Amino acid sequence: MAGEIDAERVRQIARLARLRLSDDEVMLFTGQLGALVEYVRQLDAVPTDGVEPLAHPVPVANVLRDDRPTPTLDTEVALRNAPQREGPLFRVPRVLDQGA
Amino acid sequence: MSTPDTAATIAAEVAAGRRRAEEVCRAALGRIAARNGELKAFLELTAEHALERAVAIDRDVVAGRPVGPLAGVPVAVKDNLCTTFGHTTCGSRILAGYVSPYSATAVERLEAAGAVIVGKTNLDEFAMGSSTENSGYFPTRNPWDPERVPGGSSGGSAAAVAAGFVPAALGSDTGGSIRQPAALCGVVGLKPTYGRVSRYGLVAYGSSLDQVGPLAGTVTDAALLLAVLSGRDPRDSTSVDQAVPDYRGALRDAPLAAVAHGLRIGVPAEYFGAGLDAETEGAVRSALRVFEQLGATLVDVTLPRTPQAIAAYYLVATAEASGNLARYDGVHYGYRTPHPADIEDLYSATRAEGFGPEVKRRIMLGTFALSAGYYDRYYNKALRVRRLIQEDFTAAFDHCDVVAGPTSPTPAFRLGERTADPLQMYLADVYTISANLAGIPAISLPCGFTRAGLPIGLQLQGPLFGETLLLQAARLYERATDWHTRRAG
Repeated sequence: MAGEIDAERVRQIARLARLRLSDDEVMLFTGQLGALVEYVRQLDAVPTDGVEPLAHPVPVANVLRDDRPTPTLDTEVALRNAPQREGPLFRVPRVLDQGA
Repeated sequence: MSTPDTAATIAAEVAAGRRRAEEVCRAALGRIAARNGELKAFLELTAEHALERAVAIDRDVVAGRPVGPLAGVPVAVKDNLCTTFGHTTCGSRILAGYVSPYSATAVERLEAAGAVIVGKTNLDEFAMGSSTENSGYFPTRNPWDPERVPGGSSGGSAAAVAAGFVPAALGSDTGGSIRQPAALCGVVGLKPTYGRVSRYGLVAYGSSLDQVGPLAGTVTDAALLLAVLSGRDPRDSTSVDQAVPDYRGALRDAPLAAVAHGLRIGVPAEYFGAGLDAETEGAVRSALRVFEQLGATLVDVTLPRTPQAIAAYYLVATAEASGNLARYDGVHYGYRTPHPADIEDLYSATRAEGFGPEVKRRIMLGTFALSAGYYDRYYNKALRVRRLIQEDFTAAFDHCDVVAGPTSPTPAFRLGERTADPLQMYLADVYTISANLAGIPAISLPCGFTRAGLPIGLQLQGPLFGETLLLQAARLYERATDWHTRRAG
């Protein structure tokens, strides 16, 4: 159990979460997340054998609607907040190397 | 500057042609101009839009066209609810300058009912916090004592009502974010049952917990707004197709008299334990005696998993947040880092620069709780405890109609007092987060003041879709006391 949260683990979580952290932030979060994880471990003391996880507090399932085409967001409207655009597209840095 | 009338009074007078919505709106903007510089309740005012709406309502009244139940009522909206007018920032730098292409259903319903939205209120970034100090822009101050926080995350909405800027405001409540600031600012705050009010256009934080609801100066005004907000919305599949009761009609004298005698108030010992401020406890226990004098019966109930609710909540909420906030990647809208080396750098630098520390912390905790090898141990464990918490309430409501207790363990704390220790800040949510985990409705209303003059909140919780009785119990107490007539500043 000890060492579930160390600097290496914090860096790994940050990669998964797509958050670039400074070394200072890694140090800060190692301490703070360590304390939080230690705190939430008190749940271990609650017996939950045979208890179904409750993901949603009110039972609502299979909400369906009529399969009818309706207008969606207009392209120009959708692009209005784009940080960078090119014609009708969102522009981002190259994803694949040339020739890849 | 005078205190505004209630929403109910304004709507009645505007509809009857005795007052003009434009004058009501200008008066609200005047009160805001006089004191918002000090309190900073608003991130943005939408004065031009508000005056247009007000003038249109006045035109309808003159022409004899029907107007809605909120005709001409100035309302403030928490800035995590999308509006096509003004900006929607969620209190985050990552959404600076964002203009929503659509309005939230809650906003549309308010406007269709005649409400005049005067501005967007400050909040903890992405509604993550209990003090509004996590706003990416500036903290909001408590109108009762500007050295203290208004609570959070709907701190701007609570401060706007408490300062008398507007009679009512919209907030959102994921773990207490309507009720705790309502308590700390001495106003009424209602978190409806999960599914009662559409979340379409509410920027998602913890999707199985989030609920939109009203803050207001009186219980009747909260009921008035709830009636307008409630109901199925095809654009939110979690909104429930269930008839909307006449919440306001239920607060008339006859129905109130019918429920007062024999009302069973559940009192859980777990809500009066260590960490509860003595003056808060005293005020809440006095409130219980008021209920007894009104003919209610106090019943001892037990909510044994209350202490574990914080741990369960912070795993569930952060896990859901880590998924919901994945969309802020600098591609489609919002902030983008200026010189990304490649696409990965675009994502991770944009998020590093755009999010504040509390948002990063919660994304990290949630990502950890959902990561391979930890999912069952932390996330699923929290969901199992969550079911037990819901079952605790179901069992308690076999013996009582509402559960009563404090909303917050302490009155408003000083700015900066708790920012260094995130866990201490989380512990302040102990009484409010269970309602979100269980999905049940809960209301906070003023029940006294500390010797230093800070408001104290009484929380009432009811069974799923039990808003009517919850509002009736709250109104019975309000009618018997005069705390709600005091106004800050």
